[in-house]
Amino acid sequence: MIDVFLNEAFIGSVVDVREFMESVKKQRREGLLPTNLNIGYDENLNEIHVETTKGRCRRPVIIVENGKSRLTPEMITKVENNQISWEELVKQGAIEYLDAREEENAYVAVKEEELTKEHTHLEISPVTILGICTSLVPFSNYGSSSRLIRGSKIQKQGLGLYCKNFLIRNDTDASILHYAQRPITTTFMHDIFNYDARPSGQNFTIAVMSYEGYNMQDATILNKGSIERGLGRSTFFRPYSATELRYSGGLMDQIGIPDKEVKGYKSEKDYRHLEDDGIVFTEAQVGSEEVIIGRTSPPRFLGSLEEFNVAANTRRESSINIGEETQGIVDMTILTENDEGNRLIQTRLRENRIPEVGDKFASRHGQKGVIGMLVPHVDMPFSSRGITPDIVFSPHSIPSRMTVSHLLEILAGKVGALSSQQIDATTFDNPSEESLRQQLLELGFSEDGKETFYNPITGQKFDAKIYTGNIYYLRLKHMVANKLHARAAGRIQLLTRQPVEGRAMGGGLRVGEMEKDCLVAHGASLLLKERFDSDKTILHVCENCGMFATYDYFKNRAICTRCGSETKVSAVEMSYAFKLFLDEIRTIGIDSQIKLKDRF
Amino acid sequence: MSDIFEKYKDKLPGAVLEEIKTESKLNELTPAEITKVLDESVKEYDSALIAPGEAIGIITAESFGEAGTQMTLNVFHFAGVAEIQVTRGLPRLIELFDARKEPSTPSMEVYLKPEFTTNEKTIRRVASFIKEMKLEEISLEFALNIMKQSVDVDLDEEKLKLYGFKKEEIIEKITKGLKNVTVKETKKGITITSNSEETNLSLLYKIKEAAKLILIRGVPKIVQVLPKKEDNKYVILCAGSNLKEVLAMKEVEAKLTMTNNIFEISNTLGIEAARQAIINEALAVIENQGLDINIRHVMFLADIMTQTGVVRGITRGGISGEKESVLARASFETPINHLIDASLVGELDQLKSVIENVIINQPIPLGTGLPNLISKMKKGAKK
Repeated sequence: MIDVFLNEAFIGSVVDVREFMESVKKQRREGLLPTNLNIGYDENLNEIHVETTKGRCRRPVIIVENGKSRLTPEMITKVENNQISWEELVKQGAIEYLDAREEENAYVAVKEEELTKEHTHLEISPVTILGICTSLVPFSNYGSSSRLIRGSKIQKQGLGLYCKNFLIRNDTDASILHYAQRPITTTFMHDIFNYDARPSGQNFTIAVMSYEGYNMQDATILNKGSIERGLGRSTFFRPYSATELRYSGGLMDQIGIPDKEVKGYKSEKDYRHLEDDGIVFTEAQVGSEEVIIGRTSPPRFLGSLEEFNVAANTRRESSINIGEETQGIVDMTILTENDEGNRLIQTRLRENRIPEVGDKFASRHGQKGVIGMLVPHVDMPFSSRGITPDIVFSPHSIPSRMTVSHLLEILAGKVGALSSQQIDATTFDNPSEESLRQQLLELGFSEDGKETFYNPITGQKFDAKIYTGNIYYLRLKHMVANKLHARAAGRIQLLTRQPVEGRAMGGGLRVGEMEKDCLVAHGASLLLKERFDSDKTILHVCENCGMFATYDYFKNRAICTRCGSETKVSAVEMSYAFKLFLDEIRTIGIDSQIKLKDRF
Repeated sequence: MSDIFEKYKDKLPGAVLEEIKTESKLNELTPAEITKVLDESVKEYDSALIAPGEAIGIITAESFGEAGTQMTLNVFHFAGVAEIQVTRGLPRLIELFDARKEPSTPSMEVYLKPEFTTNEKTIRRVASFIKEMKLEEISLEFALNIMKQSVDVDLDEEKLKLYGFKKEEIIEKITKGLKNVTVKETKKGITITSNSEETNLSLLYKIKEAAKLILIRGVPKIVQVLPKKEDNKYVILCAGSNLKEVLAMKEVEAKLTMTNNIFEISNTLGIEAARQAIINEALAVIENQGLDINIRHVMFLADIMTQTGVVRGITRGGISGEKESVLARASFETPINHLIDASLVGELDQLKSVIENVIINQPIPLGTGLPNLISKMKKGAKK
């Protein structure tokens, strides 16, 4: 007897597993049982589970009986002529949905030719093994799997027209690509997705060659002429917001240009973009650390007396500035209220991002790289037909990565561009290299995709023929303008007196454990000390008790408060972090003393 | 002639001098030429010496560390020969330098004396004598006979024949292995009865379980053997390791036989052998991963691990835990424990080493920080 569970609840038991399962499946296919019912037999538990709950992941497959697909050619023609719908196919028992448990009992053939009598199901198409992003990679059956994964990940980072109402949205880190194009080389997923309406890349003319070494490793060279004509340009949007918070005691924030008496007042120059209401005007060109929303807050801690004496000078500055190393044009301002009914100001900065050295670009095949150089149009290599490439791609990126799909897309893109058609390069179902070559030949080009190129500087012909064509390139969201950072001196942490972390804070670049080891290995003793001098302090140590002494700045001398004024106190240079460490281990009850002696 | 070499006694190591001596004799060099050779050798030797203040420890650590990032980090990364799995890669390197008492996959390479490698049959026979075989493996069934208060063991006749066992032999082993029992031969196999007065079921059960694990033949701990031909030499690869007992076997060529258990080597062959074993094992991993780490780094590490006469790992229980400085120990692992232990005895940190000086932001006593200019002040001179 085998127990049967309906939605994980015991409902009875059966003797013949096979017969029971078959009859349930048969009734479901005939429409007597709901189509969202799935049944699965677990051999290890020796239990049958029937599921009708929601939230299960299910996928459609074609039903196979006696090695024959239930989806007949007549049905396919009817579908093609729009005579029957998908639901109809499910109702007629040609297609059914399997959940994870039922799939364990199924034997699914990938192709119709593979069908044997043992098979229970057939994939609708072999491409169903791929997900959405992966299906967007053309010729992906010619690439290596690891690059395919990278390629599908990269597509999520590509800039484009991410939604059509972006002008009234206030997304963080949003970018819009100017002149986004639909790809010449597409897959079926592009059609399903209506990718053409929301594209996220541009068709670049590519030349696979090296040029002056500026495209070594994964760097690429972009044509400055193309960029000046709008290639790869994008607009970056950055939102800011400020609320007028209410505090206890009837105090609240105030949005407006702060008075000069306010604590932490910056300078008149920093507030120059603000209008009378304390909010920037639209289309204002704002620079680094300038204020876009002026605001003052009540004092943080109210003493018992001060509560009755709230003067203007006790308020503090809490304006919103645009942050370090940023700039932009104020694009839009929204005045509204938040959930608690407090006044909420939202503004958005817009910045035109022209591709520059260090910006990241990628094809759809996991071939990513940063711009190594922008070459003026006149200095770009040109073909015998006078074509200059938009991008110069290093041939060394190909052999070890085996992204044949990248090369095939160049070929297909060339054919598509010349014959003004989109090429469907769906996985497992794409034009062969031979046919592409044949088409290229018919279009009057060399069938291997190679062309004669000329050196722009000497005017001489290159000895090698250069492989050139068109490929869909994505501008990725990683831009140097968002990452560029350096500092000499700046803010420090209150506790450790070491530099703060992070670009937004204007923080330092950490010399970490391993960097320290490197300096030690080189024996660069004094350089190492200098690097770690960021928190050095002069401390006074009592030579009698080994504790820190206090320095009396009025009398200009140090006194040990424990041992009195008689003992000798010496000034010692050490890192503040070490002083803090000694203090901290004292808090756990470990006495730590410093014994001093002359070094020599 | 020999007085030329005498002059260089302090400048060159003995082995180098000896080599030059023999080579110059072979090539019939004149004394002037020999001097030239010696001078060049001194130059080369001096340039190859490590300069004072060179941070060899950290360079060794970095040499392993950098290569380690390229190794497969997978703990279950095995590179096995046939059916015997051997841990390789980073996990092996870690257990080696941590000086774990037992490797995760102990294994041996047993070589045989030439007279036993004449044909495959003898090798297989020797191999079967190495593999530990328990009573369980040659029996079909262990049954408790409550009526007779005995344990009845059904022996597998086929296996007895295959491995050449006699029932008397087995009976002898069981009587030796189990105390206070009588073993008798029966039709199917053997029967074990307790000699003690009190016999109850739980005692009988204990006898049954103990009988299963009795070693009938072979070397304990060696769970699997695999005879293999390697470069025209027969070798028996073993999963499990027991160097002492394998070396005691008369068929085994002791000079070639190896184990990957460093502690076993240290205990049976001595600390110098253990040092060499650490070097060999580390180099095997490095080579297996296709990396290039200079042997001197490996040797240095092995020297440090064995310098006290026992194998110590680079752990807080081993070398790193024996550092003189409290701060240095605390900066490695479990800082609070080290600090508290130090405070209990009132330890004084001399701040002599590298890490302490990094912590207190002082020049480290290494490289350019090592030499100091010391000059005597004239008496009575103003400060």
